[in-house]
Amino acid sequence: MANKIFLVIQREYLARVKKRSFLLATLITPLVFPTILGLFLWIGLSDTTSENRKVIEVVDENNFFFLESDELYSFSYGELGQENAKLLVQEGARFGFLYIPDLDVENPDGVIFYSEETPPISMITSLQMLLQRKIEAFRLEASGIDPMILSSYKTNVDIQTIILSEAGGERVSNSVVNYAIGFLAGILIYTFIFVYGNQVMQGVIEEKSSRIIEILVSSLKPFQLMMGKIIGIGAVGLTQFLIWIVLITAVSSVVMGYFGMKMPQQQMLEMSSQQELFSTANNPELLEILQLIQGLDFAQVTLTFLVYFVGGFLLYGAFFAAIGAAVDSPSDAQQFMFPVTIPLLVAYMGLFIFVLDDPNSNVSFWLSIIPFTSPVAMMGRVSFGVPWQELTLSIALLVAGFLSTTWLAGKIYRIGILVHGSKVNYKVLWKWLKQN
Amino acid sequence: MEILSIRSLNKSYGSHVALKDFDLSVSQGKIFGLLGPNGAGKTTLIRIVNQIIDRDSGDIFINEQPLKMDHVRNIGYLPEERGLYKGMKVKEQLLYFAQIKGIKKNDAKQKITDWLERLNLTQWKDKKIQDLSKGMAQKVQFIATVIHRPDLLILDEPFSGFDPVNAEIIKNEILELRNQGVTILLSTHRMESVELLCDEIAMVNRSRKILDGTVKSIKEEAKTNVFRVKMIPENAEFVPIGEGLIRQDGILEFQLTLKEQKPNDLLRALMAEGEILGFEEIVPSIEEIFIQKINESHGE
Repeated sequence: MANKIFLVIQREYLARVKKRSFLLATLITPLVFPTILGLFLWIGLSDTTSENRKVIEVVDENNFFFLESDELYSFSYGELGQENAKLLVQEGARFGFLYIPDLDVENPDGVIFYSEETPPISMITSLQMLLQRKIEAFRLEASGIDPMILSSYKTNVDIQTIILSEAGGERVSNSVVNYAIGFLAGILIYTFIFVYGNQVMQGVIEEKSSRIIEILVSSLKPFQLMMGKIIGIGAVGLTQFLIWIVLITAVSSVVMGYFGMKMPQQQMLEMSSQQELFSTANNPELLEILQLIQGLDFAQVTLTFLVYFVGGFLLYGAFFAAIGAAVDSPSDAQQFMFPVTIPLLVAYMGLFIFVLDDPNSNVSFWLSIIPFTSPVAMMGRVSFGVPWQELTLSIALLVAGFLSTTWLAGKIYRIGILVHGSKVNYKVLWKWLKQN
Repeated sequence: MEILSIRSLNKSYGSHVALKDFDLSVSQGKIFGLLGPNGAGKTTLIRIVNQIIDRDSGDIFINEQPLKMDHVRNIGYLPEERGLYKGMKVKEQLLYFAQIKGIKKNDAKQKITDWLERLNLTQWKDKKIQDLSKGMAQKVQFIATVIHRPDLLILDEPFSGFDPVNAEIIKNEILELRNQGVTILLSTHRMESVELLCDEIAMVNRSRKILDGTVKSIKEEAKTNVFRVKMIPENAEFVPIGEGLIRQDGILEFQLTLKEQKPNDLLRALMAEGEILGFEEIVPSIEEIFIQKINESHGE
């Protein structure tokens, strides 16, 4: 019997991996996101070149606020009245017009910015900052403090976080790096569940609509067929993930190698060896990054990712299979996507709002324990370090979760695959669930 | 020996009764026709035998053993709703179907080669189903059904969707398999097609079996002793004591019902009246017998 599941897994796996589209998607996807990101950066940068500098007309009733132009904004003081300045904006000669009325420095109210289009938030924020600083400096001087002295006392403090383990080990931790890892891994699991879950659904619909299903279930139990499909497609996902890991490792070592070659050349005069390069206090940032990477338990993060990917995929894959079995075409599937989409969205939003913000809060704990949200939410916590009891509980519940969803989905699946052309709604699904 | 034996089988879908106290015996090496209109319960019966759906009650035996999952190896099934993986190659597809029936990979490969050769598909073995003509795909579908050399071959509406040429090829293959000892259970609502093919039949209507037996005995029983006569009478005014009289260009056609007499007595008497062009007994077709049976059962 297990042998038959294996045959189904093999077919589902090879049918997908052998396709040219799989190879293309595997190779292109990792390039798509950096490309899009790069494109946005490029557009953003070209936006900030001096040709696109925004000219702002300033009317200052105090004759005090002389704002200095920079590469983003250029301030013009035309000694115009309010009405004329507005006209300039309307004619398009100025991007906007900043009106500063006679201000009470203790309660500076009534500053207005006029423009033809809604100004970017960043612009208003930086204008506010500029004015604030001017007023602050003015008030400091008025009370006899030299702002220069004050700024010379400004000190930067960086707190390094070190996580102590019970065994007495220490590891350097960095919230930003942990955040980035939690963010990436969470999104990756979320996307994988959706993309590959959809493939399960499409596969079931294909077998149903091509009428192959009845031949299959005369040789296999529906449950074997369903499990074989889910596991086979999950294996395709894992394969893709492993190829990415290999690719990223290969690409980054090539890139590192490239920069590694260049750097010593540049610093050849000062540095005699690579060893010195790392240990020198001249490179504290490099040292920190190295420490961080050493501090991160990559094996643990990767292993947890694999466990939650497999668990989460099995849990939701069963739902996707049941949905595919209940409908005749992908367009009919929309009405049943709700119970799949909502918990995943909750997990996704929870990841950003709660988990990444405070991985040890109550909400984060529950999100990472409940099986419907734990695959995404736990990935947000894992790089920050999770007590093993919580991890065990979460994984045990995830296993229990996918066993129950598979059991439920199996009931819908075995009836649904033989039903053609009739309208299936939640009421009908409930009836199927109650049978036997 | 009976390869398939079904006793008081019952199946309902909610309030709809699909099979009611259904009994059936299929002898080994025969072609057995399951006849009945759409919705009579044929497909439900077939799906239960194929263990696709569960029965509510009743017993099913394959080779005198209670039906179990391992029996899928002994059964070949061509459902009415059938298809293939369109993106899969012919030989990979057949290998998969053979393997899920429990055939070892190497045995399956040999069988696939033989069957493709037999149905002139060898040169297409590496093509995907979507690149094949409909007729060729139908042949592949048939091979997929019989690749594991089942003892019992169940065909649900086997000729629907087949073009006449392929239907003939498949019919010959079915007969050949029967000659090799395979038992064939075929279901259809097109009764004219089975009259020539089936050894035994069962008629199903509204979830019940209303008649079964060999085609020969059923027809024998349905005989009404009515004869059709076609003759040129010597006397143009001759009026026979028959029904449905047609007179055209001096040729007379009519029907006579025999009661006590033998056909030869009647023929002798008619020969004295003129030249006999035709004399045959009217035997109702299976379809006519079926309709008659349905009417009888509704009258009950």
